[in-house]
Amino acid sequence: MPTPRVKMPSSAAKGEVFEVKTTIDHDMESGQRKDKDGKPIPRKIINKFTVAYNGKQVFWSDWAPAVSANPYCSFFLTATESGTVELKWHDDDGQVYAVSQAITVA
Amino acid sequence: MRKIMMAAGLAALVAGPAQADPPFDPKDPKMAPYVAGDKRSGYTFAEPETRAMQDDDFTNPGFLWVEDGKKMWTKVEGKAGKACKDCHGDAEKSMKGVGTVYPRFDPHANMLLTLEQKINQCRTERMGAEPLKFDSKPYNAIATYVKHQSRGMPIAVQTDGPAAPYFDMGRRLYYERRGMSDIACKHCHEDLWGMHMRSELLSQGMPNGFPQYRLKWQTLGSAQKRIRGCFEEVRAEPYAVDSLENTVIELYATWRANGLRVESPAVRK
Amino acid sequence: MSSVNRRDVLAGIAAGAAIITVTPKLALADKAEADSLISKLTGGAKPQDGKVKIKLPQIAENGNTVPFTVTVDHPMTEASYVKAIHVLAEGNPSPGVASFYFTPTGKAEVSMRMRLGKTQDVRAVAVLSDGSAWQVAQEIKVTIGGCGG
Repeated sequence: MPTPRVKMPSSAAKGEVFEVKTTIDHDMESGQRKDKDGKPIPRKIINKFTVAYNGKQVFWSDWAPAVSANPYCSFFLTATESGTVELKWHDDDGQVYAVSQAITVA
Repeated sequence: MRKIMMAAGLAALVAGPAQADPPFDPKDPKMAPYVAGDKRSGYTFAEPETRAMQDDDFTNPGFLWVEDGKKMWTKVEGKAGKACKDCHGDAEKSMKGVGTVYPRFDPHANMLLTLEQKINQCRTERMGAEPLKFDSKPYNAIATYVKHQSRGMPIAVQTDGPAAPYFDMGRRLYYERRGMSDIACKHCHEDLWGMHMRSELLSQGMPNGFPQYRLKWQTLGSAQKRIRGCFEEVRAEPYAVDSLENTVIELYATWRANGLRVESPAVRK
Repeated sequence: MSSVNRRDVLAGIAAGAAIITVTPKLALADKAEADSLISKLTGGAKPQDGKVKIKLPQIAENGNTVPFTVTVDHPMTEASYVKAIHVLAEGNPSPGVASFYFTPTGKAEVSMRMRLGKTQDVRAVAVLSDGSAWQVAQEIKVTIGGCGG
């Protein structure tokens, strides 16, 4: 089971813009490689990454097989209110890897 | 001037430094942690973007393995019902420095062991657990976590006493020409570093960053894996994983890096 | 470790001995395919040059892991914001790399790492809330045929 890592501030001033850095261990198997016997290795990538702030979708992304293994993605949000930022990585096989981070906005 | 006696095949593959080689100024204070006398870590041969990836413990993908290894440290496994922590306590204290001395002669096993082999010895003999499979996620994770506790400390492997015969064998193999290219480790990493093998900028081959994340692999791996990869690329039959040959080469290569600081997990091309 | 002499010696030996790297024959995307994908992603808006910047290494040490950062010089307010950034690699087997979708929050900047099959142009296209599209293209050299197991 992949382990997401997320780095963002635990508190911020109202209106402050903060960076969210994320990474997750995943092979991002492109579907274009072959195994030792010459058989194609089926595609298995994270194809979607979504971010919600207190339940509201604020950032999302579609990923192609050209995204490197152990995908890294960083972006910015504005601190509006205390609550949680929920991040979800959607795998081709239907699994969703989720992690939540609390933020206090003063 | 060093004598250069090369097979024509090797000469044809090698070219001088390109204009766009990564910047390296030995007097740059930012480079000080990556240099010891004439010795240069692979970090100093890396492009600025690759260095930047290593510099930040978050952008460094090797930390995915450090985090996993940290969890393994406290996880009970095997018949003895023990975790690493039960014998060794806080890894940040007990494992500090351990990563600087492997490969090391182990009196109990009566042979030279890599750090990974030592961990597997602990698992099978003390924990009653299965050995971790070479290059598997947990194999690399626990070794990276342990080695990481020595980050910033100088490599200091022993080459005398009971390690001496292994060291001598390692040196012999390091200088032995092999494979279709008919070259030895030393040709690239002693004689020709700073030059190019096709498009590859040759480094001094210092293993102080292992286990390390490689952009090419898109994953993290051990020195054993890297040494095998080197042999494959020069069209030589790699020595088996954990074979005496591969392990003594790791010892000799690591001795060459004595004095350079542990960077595990390093990020390299 | 003196290095001057060996370099002189080798420069002579190696002159003209460049090795040709055989690239696997893959159906590679081209500019036309990238254009058609961009048109689909922008809803037909033809991208103008400007507003978008992409930060890439000059030389990718390995095409498997190439870091990039895209920034759009545009505010992120309810009235006007960057809705999407699309990143395309014209020389890959298929041109799409990633599409990032924004709401009026933070700033229009995103970083990631991608796979590039060869030296090529990377394009970033931004779509604004008014429907206009902006773009930048930058060439990146990708090291292929090195050793380094």
